[in-house]
Amino acid sequence: MSKGMNMNQYLVSSAAERPDFAAIAEWIPKGASVLDLGCGDGSLLRYLKETRRVRGYGVEINDVDIVMCIANGVNVIQNDLESGLSDFEDNSFDFVILSQTLQATRHTEALVNEMLRVGREGIVSFPNFGYWKNRLNVLRGHMPVSKELPYQWYDTPNVHLCTLHDFEMFCDRHRVTVLERRVMTGAFEMKLLPNLLGSTAVYRFQRGI
Amino acid sequence: MSTTNSIGIVRAQRAQFDTPLTFRSGAVLPRYELVYETYGKLNADKSNAILICHALSGHHHLAGHYADEPKNIGWWDNMVGPGKPIDTDKFFVIGLNNLGGCHGSTGPSSIAPETGKPYGASFPMITVEDWVESQARLADRLGVKQFAAVIGGSLGGMQALQWSLAYPERVRHVLAIASAPRLTAQNIAFNDVARNAILTDPDFHGGDFYQHNVVPTRGLRLARMLGHITYLSDDAMADKFGRELRTGQLNYGYDVEFQIESYLRYQGDKFAGMFDANTYLLMTKALDYFDPAHDFGGDMNKAFARSKSDYLVISFTTDWRFSPQRSREIVQTLLHNRRNVSYAEITSTHGHDSFLMEHPHYFDVMRAYLDNVASEVSR
Repeated sequence: MSKGMNMNQYLVSSAAERPDFAAIAEWIPKGASVLDLGCGDGSLLRYLKETRRVRGYGVEINDVDIVMCIANGVNVIQNDLESGLSDFEDNSFDFVILSQTLQATRHTEALVNEMLRVGREGIVSFPNFGYWKNRLNVLRGHMPVSKELPYQWYDTPNVHLCTLHDFEMFCDRHRVTVLERRVMTGAFEMKLLPNLLGSTAVYRFQRGI
Repeated sequence: MSTTNSIGIVRAQRAQFDTPLTFRSGAVLPRYELVYETYGKLNADKSNAILICHALSGHHHLAGHYADEPKNIGWWDNMVGPGKPIDTDKFFVIGLNNLGGCHGSTGPSSIAPETGKPYGASFPMITVEDWVESQARLADRLGVKQFAAVIGGSLGGMQALQWSLAYPERVRHVLAIASAPRLTAQNIAFNDVARNAILTDPDFHGGDFYQHNVVPTRGLRLARMLGHITYLSDDAMADKFGRELRTGQLNYGYDVEFQIESYLRYQGDKFAGMFDANTYLLMTKALDYFDPAHDFGGDMNKAFARSKSDYLVISFTTDWRFSPQRSREIVQTLLHNRRNVSYAEITSTHGHDSFLMEHPHYFDVMRAYLDNVASEVSR
């Protein structure tokens, strides 16, 4: 970590690049408790702390991100999400967030179950593989590489990419009730043909009855 | 980076306490002295003090060196100093030798004023709680009402945790490094073997060996050798020594043949020459006794309910004496009690000893956390 780094500047730029932050913040009432899985450098948590006064913790495995989280003044627990959330008690959070991480998890089903064990509600955001530009790439015979999917096929951490339809079908089959959905392209919300026109999806959900 | 910028020449100070201290065991020590060192300046509102609690064999000399002993460098000189993670340009840092120690504070080898002889076996059994009590009196003496942070590794981490339980209002941040909420059976077992080595040494004389002008060197040496094995990782030992032979050939005898034997014997001898056997016994018992949940029916969550501090918990991947799992138990208890807590698991090959070594990620974590603590206190 470079010592002279201006954290505020860093935070603003990173929040501006992540329009899903604002969508997530809208759903979170003031003072809620939040667990952010795969929290990266902690900028979402810091954003939620500053805009929503949340009581929050992040879980992250990467060494450099741990230092950034601490520098950002957010609580972070260094752990591997794939080994479960055994540090956290049942129903101990209002919201458990998985922001731009779902597609990179190996045990996706188990993790979504864990989210709804630990939290009252879950929030996930992920790149929509059904976005028209991605489809066009595949039609042209190539794996998509874009702002939302910046990796080459051989170095991508994304092992479980899905479309909006896929995710909703997943919820259906796993007794997960979707409460709300925002689909965006950049900072714009896409209400028309979201599975085709939206590049990023954000869902709020709870355990189905 | 951290090997330079030493704080330079420091000197030890003494504080005399004449108010009797009642130990958890019920024993009473009518008066005692604590030896300590301070680094940096206490700010005007006295909000920038950090207390460093030492582990089993530590003491008050954290950083810098003495004017007449340039080679006697503090045991945490890589961590404590100007521009270092525990930055003496920002914080007023206090290191002390614990009560019962053998580096200047009142302990078993000190002369009891009542008898004119060393306390020896009559020195009361001490607990982590008792240490915190004695440290609180030192804090009062130095005018520190609230610590910006209390920091410790291993047994020192237990004291830091206990501070936040005994004096929730007096500790803003706790940094517990390579520590545990209480020892496991295996850990107590190691301590007991070490103690037995000392207790069964014919030169121990029930703890009153001072009058016989002998030292239970054999026992202390074995205790330290055993301890040392548990502070290193299997990998670190394999890397450092492997099966290397001292003379390059097998001699088919009981003298030192493998380098690891030579190393352990050297460490044992060095330690036995400078450390007090009774202090070693007391320190290991304090480790064994520590259990904040004891008064709460074994419920650690209840024990920590009174805490008001923020916490940084750090463990090291190859530490099997105070394993990451034990640190995560601390974290789980703090999460249950909704305390602010961060946890870093440092990938290190050096086992329990990692907490004393310079490691980039470890030091970055410490620095990032303490930079934020510094920004909370006025200069």
